[in-house]
Amino acid sequence: MRMLKFLLQKELKQIFRDPGIIRVLFIMPMVQLLILPLAADYEIKNINLGVVDHDHSEYSRKLVNKIVASGYFRLKDYSPTFKQGLKAIELDKTDLILEIPTHFERDLVDENKSTLFVAVDAINGVKAGLGGAYLQQIIGGYNQDVRDQWIQTPRYDQQPTIDVVSSDWYNPNMNYRVFMVPGILVMLVTMIGSSFAANNIVREKEMGTIEQINVSPIKKYQFILGKLIPFWLLAINILTIGLIIARVIYGIVPLGSYFTIYAFASIYLIAILGLGLLLSTYAQTQQQSMLVSFFVTMIFNLLSGLYTPIESMPVWAQWVTKFNPVSYFIEVMRMVMLKGSGLADIGFQILAILGFAVFFNGWAILNYSKRTG
Amino acid sequence: MQPVVVEHIVQNYRTKKTVVAALKDVSFTVNRGEIFGIIGPDGAGKTSLFRILTTLLLAESGTATVDGFDVVKDYEQIRNRIGYMPGRFSLYQDLSVQENLEFFATIFNTTIEKNYDLIKEIYQQIEPFKDRKAGALSGGMKQKLALCCALIHKPSVLFLDEPTTGVDAVSRKEFWEMLHRLKLQDITILVSTAYMDEASLCDRVALIQKGQILSIDTPKGIISRFKKPLWAIRANEMFKLMNAIKEDPSVESCYPFGQYHHVVFKTEKDSKEKLENIGKDGRYTDVEIKPIEPNIEDCFMELMTN
Repeated sequence: MRMLKFLLQKELKQIFRDPGIIRVLFIMPMVQLLILPLAADYEIKNINLGVVDHDHSEYSRKLVNKIVASGYFRLKDYSPTFKQGLKAIELDKTDLILEIPTHFERDLVDENKSTLFVAVDAINGVKAGLGGAYLQQIIGGYNQDVRDQWIQTPRYDQQPTIDVVSSDWYNPNMNYRVFMVPGILVMLVTMIGSSFAANNIVREKEMGTIEQINVSPIKKYQFILGKLIPFWLLAINILTIGLIIARVIYGIVPLGSYFTIYAFASIYLIAILGLGLLLSTYAQTQQQSMLVSFFVTMIFNLLSGLYTPIESMPVWAQWVTKFNPVSYFIEVMRMVMLKGSGLADIGFQILAILGFAVFFNGWAILNYSKRTG
Repeated sequence: MQPVVVEHIVQNYRTKKTVVAALKDVSFTVNRGEIFGIIGPDGAGKTSLFRILTTLLLAESGTATVDGFDVVKDYEQIRNRIGYMPGRFSLYQDLSVQENLEFFATIFNTTIEKNYDLIKEIYQQIEPFKDRKAGALSGGMKQKLALCCALIHKPSVLFLDEPTTGVDAVSRKEFWEMLHRLKLQDITILVSTAYMDEASLCDRVALIQKGQILSIDTPKGIISRFKKPLWAIRANEMFKLMNAIKEDPSVESCYPFGQYHHVVFKTEKDSKEKLENIGKDGRYTDVEIKPIEPNIEDCFMELMTN
């Protein structure tokens, strides 16, 4: 115990003496939390619309006005022919074309129906999908407006109709920040946990100081704990800073308790630090450990459900996420923050993370040897 | 009980295709309280040997004991009672002199005060800089600090791997004086070096080359075994002179040594005349020939050629 105390003292002294570490540790997360959630916005706004209006009627003008007034679209091109409209897409001026046929108004009035043509530039899949959907919705609404104008709807529907109105639970305003910020926080804690401790151990290898440690009576577990505990504390600090930012800047107050978050984070960090430790036992230089941990955390983050829902991944990728500790933490974070889940609800995730912790640390300790040969 | 006993140690390093033999059947013993020098060129296997004895490396075969403890089985005891100073400076560069010393004292479960007598003389020289970061010290001071850290737990055997490599001549001299004072404290010292002139400062030396020990003796003993006539020769055209000498069949070896060439003849007979004849053939001026006493380096050259 005494030995561990001295190791920790030395480790903390070194960490706080390195201005680079402090800068990266505190400034990086703050900047990321302040900038990323604003930029990683799923709501598509400012879709550039091109209109090819062959009708030039009151109805067609009303339709275009309604679309632009929705706030999602900007009228960027108004071409007389579809060919010219397509040119605008090719020049990247517009993202989609709405073609209004000749006699649109006349057909609508006379025959009670008319067709519209929508062409979408699908280079950016998300934008194309959402843009098309928004447009359809607006046109649907327009259709309803036209009908309301013509037909005096009776007080009660003669024919029963099903009207679907959805209400979004847990995130009633569909505020994407509420689920992005906790996720980004997890990503940050993961990056710090997996690479900082690993780099620190590899640095001792590079400097040769590990030789001096190895010939001393320090026990293996003392050395490893001496490395894990400081970085565990640092990561918990980062989490705290992140939660404060989430609350103060984004007004995200978890429905569940902070205790649940910290309890899970404590175990999670042991698992992630174990992963870092494992990398450090294989890496010989800081460059190697940096690159490998960068690679691993990138895969973990992309397959964690942070940016894209796990449910929409192919089956094999869904299986990969089951072996990804990050996805559990993101899930737990969102559950606790948005749904107010308690310890009992995240029992399975806790077990899974405990499994990761034992696996990574066990492997690392087996592989770390005070001597070679 | 001998502090260090090495028996038939073999160590090989494998790269993809080739096997490099670092140590081939090395055996020796070190007596209590002596300075034992392991002298050999770079790549002779000195560091491998030290790493095996300090329990950092497992030898392929052979046994070794330090203070009576086996390096494989009882490594924990060994780690408590040895001091190791690796060839490369390996203290924490971002900790100060004092912090480094305190750290190494505590990890050996001791304090600076307890063993201050042992390091006092050395530590006093770096004490003015005790708040300076170890990384900002000069080369000689780094060595002194490393020695202090290796000594702080009063080891019974001290392993110094090339402690004077890259240190200036004055600091080297000081360093050896320190070692001699430590010897008086009954600390057994194993020191490796590539500098032949340091051999005479050891009590006994082992000459090692390509993983094999060529000879183990006191420096005087090694020199006394050198029986062949040895001459030093100097002239204006040193390179041509060496080629001319090497052509003579009775010359065993000729190698440059400072301003002179050292020439070893196979037999005593006519050696001086032969050398003088070469010098007199007209191509050289300022020829100077003198008989000399062999030093360790001559012995090493001799042993290497055999």
